[in-house]
Amino acid sequence: MRLHEYQAKRLLASAGIPVPRGQAALTAAEAAAAYTALARQCGASAGFTCHVKAQLHAGGRGKAGGVLVARSAQEASAHAAGLLGRRLATHQTGPEGLPVAAVLLEERIEIAKEWYLALTVDRFAAQLVVLASRRGGVDIEEVAAKEPAMIVREPLEALEGPTPQALARIAQALGCASTQAEACQRIVRALWQLFTSQDASLIEINPLVATPDGRLLALDAKVTLDDNALFRHADLAALRDESQEHPLELQAGRIGISYVGLDGTIGCLVNGAGLAMATNDIIKLAGGSPANFLDVGGGANVEQVTKAFSIILADQRVKAVLVNIFGGIMRCDWVAQGLLNATRQLDVQMPIVVRLQGTNVEEGRRLLTQAKRLNLISADELEEAAKKIVELSKSGEPRTPRS
Amino acid sequence: MSILIGKDTRVLVQGITGQAGAFHAEKMLEYGTAVVGGVTPGKGGGTVHGVPVFNTVREAVAQGGANATAIFVPAKFAKDAIVEAMEAKLPLIAVITEGIPTLDMLQVRRRLAGSGTRLIGPNCPGLITPGACKVGIMPGYIHKPGTVGVLSRSGTLTYDAVYQLTQAGLGQSTCIGIGGDPVLGSSFVDLLGLFEQDPGTEAVVLIGEIGGTEEEEAAAFIQAKMRKPVFAFVAGRMAPKEKRMGHAGAIIAGGRGSAAEKYAVLRRAGATTIDSPAAIGRTVKAALGARAVAR
Repeated sequence: MRLHEYQAKRLLASAGIPVPRGQAALTAAEAAAAYTALARQCGASAGFTCHVKAQLHAGGRGKAGGVLVARSAQEASAHAAGLLGRRLATHQTGPEGLPVAAVLLEERIEIAKEWYLALTVDRFAAQLVVLASRRGGVDIEEVAAKEPAMIVREPLEALEGPTPQALARIAQALGCASTQAEACQRIVRALWQLFTSQDASLIEINPLVATPDGRLLALDAKVTLDDNALFRHADLAALRDESQEHPLELQAGRIGISYVGLDGTIGCLVNGAGLAMATNDIIKLAGGSPANFLDVGGGANVEQVTKAFSIILADQRVKAVLVNIFGGIMRCDWVAQGLLNATRQLDVQMPIVVRLQGTNVEEGRRLLTQAKRLNLISADELEEAAKKIVELSKSGEPRTPRS
Repeated sequence: MSILIGKDTRVLVQGITGQAGAFHAEKMLEYGTAVVGGVTPGKGGGTVHGVPVFNTVREAVAQGGANATAIFVPAKFAKDAIVEAMEAKLPLIAVITEGIPTLDMLQVRRRLAGSGTRLIGPNCPGLITPGACKVGIMPGYIHKPGTVGVLSRSGTLTYDAVYQLTQAGLGQSTCIGIGGDPVLGSSFVDLLGLFEQDPGTEAVVLIGEIGGTEEEEAAAFIQAKMRKPVFAFVAGRMAPKEKRMGHAGAIIAGGRGSAAEKYAVLRRAGATTIDSPAAIGRTVKAALGARAVAR
């Protein structure tokens, strides 16, 4: 689960990591009030200047017009009114963009130096790893691709935290002045404490800045939490902003189905994540293009299959559906019955190719054949199923939304 | 021959009184596995499918002489269940449970180092030595004793691959699902080494997926240490970046972990890469020919 910048900064501040003074607002009126409060907090007289930053789960906001400057309460209010509720498209969101859920009003910080500092999990080594770079404020993936030597990796143990030696190496890697080294080390320690106490999977400060007077501050922050650990952090789980999630993925997730929308025309209904990925792959190999990844989960009973179909068909680009089920514990005849019921209930007219394999497969295929549904085609092998569905998806007429 | 489990394996089921634990304990028994005990704290004294239930792993080991355990305990309590099994010095632990927090697994991995315990999973189907022993949830009947080792990060895709091998007349020595989570007890590398040393394994089928560096590490090992042929399929060439494809571990993040990258390193390391998930059985069959017929 991902947090907004303003939520992430509250967490950082609570852990003792300095952040700019700021206040979040959900409406234009709140933004005006936040401006006045922030100006007072900063001890500023008239003409106080602050940033108004759009809050959405994507980077690249600055270039997309999501970070504005306000010099009065009226201006803050106008900027907020322009941003809130609007969809903002950045290079990370795709053309449809994401809705701006809130704005963060924040004091402007003068920057002397910009660094990159992050903490995440090194999966293979089963340790935490600090990533530090002098190239802050830019896309870290670009740095990784062009100047990999500019990113320093420092492993640390989750239970023990960073050793004094590791802290010293990180400060050195960033090129901290000797007067800043101590503040930098405090920030890394706080980062580790925050990460392990809140079950984060990534905390990224980009940039971590040094001001001309030598202070260090987290100017932007991204926090991703481990979904599997949310059961022990009810306070953080409550921060989830569903408006930032794909509506079909969200709907599927609520009923235990993993769904990821892709941009093709062939809907996929599969059991198991690995097999679902492999099904997308074989469609591509056969010259077609999948509309989605879908893992229906362990049960795959009639109810679950019906729900999966309704999610797949909600994507108007879908012209045909490939069902690929390997019945291990789940019996193929039950799956077949589920498919027949689901497609009847939803009145599915488009072609469906069904490939069943595993327990009671003969009985499952017999049920499908016996039903004599013209649009329901059974295939024994995955390759044959992929070829058929690709052909059918190309000959099919585009659908028009039903009223 | 096989690796990790065989006829002498005596299995414990932790979480045997839960729905999944009870169901799969029965399936393991039906397959002929020696399930010698179950553990659920507070429910000791009863039986499930004729298997005695104990309050603690230590008690179960003392009474039934178990040397392996399958864990079905809910994610919240899984770390404690794993640690309990490690403290009872069980040499093999298979964690079927899905959804264990990553930090819990980091702690488990820390204690695992040097403990002498081999941990498979979590979020995995377990492992099976066909015709001898099943410690997990895979459908037993699709397997057949033979000489092909199978290693995989997924569940049903593995069943499909095993099914293809069996249909092609190729039996399996041992099949292991290492799990779909970011932090795992055993890597491909750990297990490839065991297959390389096992006289009963002639070749290994490796089924990877996008995300992480498991396949890259495996490629380095294959190049340096493996003399037996390795056949590899990697799922997820269609996956978009930064999207989690069902498994917590299957995500192309920070520009790394794509299928194309993994295929390239595996090929360079000398593995035979297989493009289509439907071609696993016939590719292995064509390469091994009559060498690896089922016994």
